[in-house]
Amino acid sequence: MAKFVLPPNSRIQPGEHHPAPGGTSNTRLFKVYRWDPDGGQNPRLDTYEVDLDTCGPMVLDALIKIKNEIDPTLTFRRSCREGICGSCAMNIDGRNTLACTMAIDDIKGDVRIYPLPSMRVVKDLVPDMTHFYAQYASIKPWLRAQTPAPPDHERLQSPEDRSELDGLYECILCACCQTSCPSYWWNPDRYLGPAVLLQAYRWIADSRDESTGERLDDLDDAFKLYRCHTIMNCASACPKGLNPAKAIAEIKQLMVARQ
Amino acid sequence: MQFRTPLKQARGLGASHHGRAHWWAQRVSAVAMLPLMLWLVIGLAVNSGADYAQAAAWISSPINAVMLILAFGVLFYHGALGLQVALEDYVPHKGVRMGLVFGLRFVAAFLAGFAIFSVLTIALGG
Repeated sequence: MAKFVLPPNSRIQPGEHHPAPGGTSNTRLFKVYRWDPDGGQNPRLDTYEVDLDTCGPMVLDALIKIKNEIDPTLTFRRSCREGICGSCAMNIDGRNTLACTMAIDDIKGDVRIYPLPSMRVVKDLVPDMTHFYAQYASIKPWLRAQTPAPPDHERLQSPEDRSELDGLYECILCACCQTSCPSYWWNPDRYLGPAVLLQAYRWIADSRDESTGERLDDLDDAFKLYRCHTIMNCASACPKGLNPAKAIAEIKQLMVARQ
Repeated sequence: MQFRTPLKQARGLGASHHGRAHWWAQRVSAVAMLPLMLWLVIGLAVNSGADYAQAAAWISSPINAVMLILAFGVLFYHGALGLQVALEDYVPHKGVRMGLVFGLRFVAAFLAGFAIFSVLTIALGG
């Protein structure tokens, strides 16, 4: 059966408490998942008191402040700090989102931060994205056309055809939707998941791509595509406001249209 | 020691080309069940106060008998399709899953056959 209980060595223990340095009154409690692959110990939940008067507004600001001023061993990914690189995707206050676009003020009570669910943890808040990226590569996410591009100009696309890609091209592959999907939790080895299927549809919907049939062939599988049961966690998790479930429904419609 | 690239694992055995047919059959049988189940509920309401002879007479009508047979057939077909999806979701072991799906189909076919046989016995034998 699917695993509903964590194995003993993955159960989270209470961790260390780090008070805010210096005398401050406006503090917020951050509870952060910690796991060190070298320690041989169970994961733990460390608490950090963060002085909000000297901290930026976003959860990522607090994490950087913790790393800079309280605990340099805290490990997480971050880069652009403006919601376009997708590096700082994590589970904040029970929802997968980007730490850089999640305001601390929008969270009630203590701020609980975990790595993206269901992924193997590399360290602390860093999940192993290898399989996710390999699944993305497996859908051949590039323009596949037999007709060569015109020698003197680019492949043309009307504004109407270009608008078909709206709601698809904005995906930053942060895996917030992917790891919020219960179907992906149970069958990550074969189910492609919402993010990869949205990308697959991005190329199916592209008017310049000539491999629509091959792309549909590659998805016609009970596990690769049809594990989607329109649970809709993907749409509610997406920090860019996209709707992967709708893209998957479009693929299913095309599957029927060509039968 | 196994040396396999992540892409090799992600591609696996490729697409089975069986997903669409299953999904579409589930949708079609769901739509077919709408009038059949509505008719079944009406039939049960009509026969709510009836004794065995009256209910048997109702079932013996050709239209009622055929609708009952269709309703049972589609019901167990749709149920088997849906439960198969649940098994595929939650049973990761391939052999166990295959065995359970096989058993599920046998049980569904048996129940459908039993229900249809019962209808025919009443409708034809009185």
